[in-house]
Amino acid sequence: MLTKRIIPCLDIKDGRTVKGVNFVNLRDAGDPVELAKQYALKGADELVFLDISATLEGRKTMIDMVLKVAEHVNIPFTVGGGISSIADVDVLLKSGADKVSINSSAVKRPELVNELANKFGSQCVVVAIDAKQIDGEWIVHLAGGSIPTELNLFDWAKEVESRGAGEILFTSMNNDGTKAGFANEALAKLSETLNIPIIASGGAGTVQHFVDTFKDGKSDAALAASVFHFGEIAIQDLKEALRENYIEVRL
Amino acid sequence: MKLVIIDYGAGNIKSIQFAFKRLGYDAVLSNNPEEIKAADKVIFPGVGEASSAMKMLKASGLDTLIPTLKQPVLGICLGMQLMCKSSEEGNTEGLGIFDVAVKRFDNSVKVPQMGWNTIANLKSDLFKDVKNEAFMYSVHSFYAENCKESIATTTYSIDFASALQHNNFYGVQFHPEKSSTEGEQILKNFIEL
Repeated sequence: MLTKRIIPCLDIKDGRTVKGVNFVNLRDAGDPVELAKQYALKGADELVFLDISATLEGRKTMIDMVLKVAEHVNIPFTVGGGISSIADVDVLLKSGADKVSINSSAVKRPELVNELANKFGSQCVVVAIDAKQIDGEWIVHLAGGSIPTELNLFDWAKEVESRGAGEILFTSMNNDGTKAGFANEALAKLSETLNIPIIASGGAGTVQHFVDTFKDGKSDAALAASVFHFGEIAIQDLKEALRENYIEVRL
Repeated sequence: MKLVIIDYGAGNIKSIQFAFKRLGYDAVLSNNPEEIKAADKVIFPGVGEASSAMKMLKASGLDTLIPTLKQPVLGICLGMQLMCKSSEEGNTEGLGIFDVAVKRFDNSVKVPQMGWNTIANLKSDLFKDVKNEAFMYSVHSFYAENCKESIATTTYSIDFASALQHNNFYGVQFHPEKSSTEGEQILKNFIEL
């Protein structure tokens, strides 16, 4: 049976992990390759690297990092952040990334989704959507959630699916950073309306939150950062708990 | 050991090359027929859309070369699908090495199948020291039907052939190069065939 995926997310700036990673038994917690290897060993199903470099130099360093991760890590990984063209994607895939994640660039120019799906296949095109619930309506936001758009989450998700997205990574701005659980109602609605996998993001704080997002949120995968980076939840323990709750996982 | 990965412009071949490197082997990327013919083992990768990948194969004449190869050949993902008789994706005629049709998953499940699923009914030296129900990583919307050439099956909406063998030709739907240590074991087994 296809299992539910657990995905640690690493923020990368100028080739180093940022936002704090406090991992036991790690020589250099800032080195994304070391961290990725540890996560692969500990049972992560996939990894996401989010490039938050603001400079061209930082982007170049990112490519080197992707090559090194592909060389040393034996599980799939997605790269996101600042991707806006076929050329951007081409170099990342050629360097060994399995998938790319696009966000603002898709909102600015939706045809990009079609172009990437046609050129590289839907399987490697993840569309990340950040949305905030305002007066009952889920509104898509840009630039890490700071700029509201006119788009409704569900309409936009449906549109990118029809344009060839292979997967949706939905981050609820209301839940992100709260450690109070994922936005399961919206996630379930996405999962029921769309026929591509949905990754839940934003709000992970406890093992129960993961149980809930797979059961109530009907999510196909769950992404989190700090609970993994600071050892608050060990992936092995999490997966054992999921299995006890009759959720299929790779153990 | 001369290991060649066929490079015809379709897919993520760097990951396959790196996976062999982790096992201690240098795999060469090539689209040169002489070099491919002279290899001890050949990897036929592929990611993307079937009809355009087949066009790229034809453009380089590799479509006629591959079925004549005598050494062990391993098709991965779309590579495996192109070795089949036909694919529903873009109504593509395949290389016909495996006598089986490739179909699209119906919409009772999410398409693509993306993630880790188990392989069972293992029937080949390719799976030496790999346990039944081992987890493998796959990303695909199309599948080869279960058939007499199946050497592994996986269940996703239906039971399908997640690996095939015909004489010296092998194919796997999943990505052994991305499937942790058990995936690497399969690549090691292929080298040791």
